[in-house]
Amino acid sequence: MGATTGDPGEGLAVLDLHAYYGLSHVLQGVSLEVGVGETVALLGRNGAGKTTTMRAVMGLMPVRSGRVRLFGQDVTGRRPDQLQRSGVAFVPSGRRVFGSLTVLQNLELAARAGRRRSTRWTLDRVELLFPALPALRGRRAAFLSGGEQQMVKLACALLGEPRLLLLDEPTEGLAPTVVQEMGGWLAALRAEGLGMLLAEQNAVFALRLAQRCYVLEKGVIRAEQAADELLRSETGLRYLGVARNP
Amino acid sequence: MSWGVVAVALLTSLSTAASLFMVAAGLTLIFGAMRVINLAHGSLYMYGAFIAATIVGSATGDTFWYALALAPLAVVVLGTLLEVGLMRRVYRADHLVQLLATYGVLLILGDLALQFWGASPLSVSSPRVLSGSLAFQHFTFPAYELFLTGTGVLVGLALWFLLARTSLGWKVRASVEDAELLAVRGTNVKLLYTVVFAIGAFLAGLGGALITPLQGVDTGLGSSIIVAAFVVAVIGGLGSIAGAALGAGIIAVFQMAGALWLPAWEPTSLYVAMIVVLAIKPWGLLGVRDR
Repeated sequence: MGATTGDPGEGLAVLDLHAYYGLSHVLQGVSLEVGVGETVALLGRNGAGKTTTMRAVMGLMPVRSGRVRLFGQDVTGRRPDQLQRSGVAFVPSGRRVFGSLTVLQNLELAARAGRRRSTRWTLDRVELLFPALPALRGRRAAFLSGGEQQMVKLACALLGEPRLLLLDEPTEGLAPTVVQEMGGWLAALRAEGLGMLLAEQNAVFALRLAQRCYVLEKGVIRAEQAADELLRSETGLRYLGVARNP
Repeated sequence: MSWGVVAVALLTSLSTAASLFMVAAGLTLIFGAMRVINLAHGSLYMYGAFIAATIVGSATGDTFWYALALAPLAVVVLGTLLEVGLMRRVYRADHLVQLLATYGVLLILGDLALQFWGASPLSVSSPRVLSGSLAFQHFTFPAYELFLTGTGVLVGLALWFLLARTSLGWKVRASVEDAELLAVRGTNVKLLYTVVFAIGAFLAGLGGALITPLQGVDTGLGSSIIVAAFVVAVIGGLGSIAGAALGAGIIAVFQMAGALWLPAWEPTSLYVAMIVVLAIKPWGLLGVRDR
């Protein structure tokens, strides 16, 4: 066993993770690392296991074998709320907000449920990052546009004081202008020193933000590469199903 | 038929509605958050009644208020044990498994009650201040039933406040929508479910304790209330507290009208009301289509 106090210099380390959906072996030994403050892309086709990897790390599905270490501590098998409190925020794909609650209730719930000791991300500061947010406070979250819901999702994640974000398909289903906005927000968070694991179908979007990337195929990591290297590699991009912009 | 008779019948049905509402609200709250129909919910109501009757019978003097305070808390303890020991294991199971498991609990709790309290009904007299009747212009009405109606209204308001204005209530509503999201935002959903179940048990226990001055307490109490409460919850829309209040009112008035004008049909009126409502609104009056 490692030291229980943990090494603050270590971020997320996933070691040989195996997981099943029923009988289907969806994660077949995934290993990856995200350093403190590092942005890492997790690429791969639909069904490669990107979402499953994040859900397994976050304690949302059972892990058959393998370890998850977070900031130097073994957190394998912990509950999602315990992981949240140790500093990791999972931002799931799609329109995942509490639609029957107002925006402010969504935000306050996230702040109260997930607050750790430090108060780096107060409501005021989050609203500084998303200037459109204050005007939406009283609105029911179900009636927000897609872009506004993404904003609320990110704001809720930040109010839990994370040191690491697990972002699952942040650009999925968004209009191109909103994708651009999302890129700006994530770049700002990267500049704040937040670590990020970014699962994306939109490889170019992810590679522009990330330092390193992993390519996942059928539940196994096939490749690990520097992001700018892959972004310049014709064959790599073709493999990911991305036609390079002319 | 004089207006006095109708007024008394209406007021009586309101007090019936109040106790039905408390039981149905717990049932519907638990279903809304955990998607489980707890057939043993009626047993919790029955234990509330038995424990209250036992406390009242254990000492002389006006012990009813102690019983009213303590019996629901005892039922909360019982409900919490039930949730931790059994319910949390079946939340993800098939509805059939849930029904079988909670039906088993209903049978076990029924037999245990028979062991402890025997087959002959216990009776409880109204607390002294509420033992009289209030005289209105054309009729008189028992004070206790007015108290019961008022308590039902207060419980309804308290539940509304809890769900609309407190962060516990927001969590409950959020868990209905997306429990997984709530968990990754830092809420211990397992604990939340225990709390929700305990609140439901409290409401059942309170309803049971409150009914004791009006009804003999025996082991048939649980199975009779669960049917009515289930009908009420379904009519109102499973998961909706306001729907439970509305459904309780409708069922109580329907039953009263049946008893008054078509006595032979009274036992059927419950189901007639349910059939009519579901034919028009399949998800209940205030229910929403299931995901």
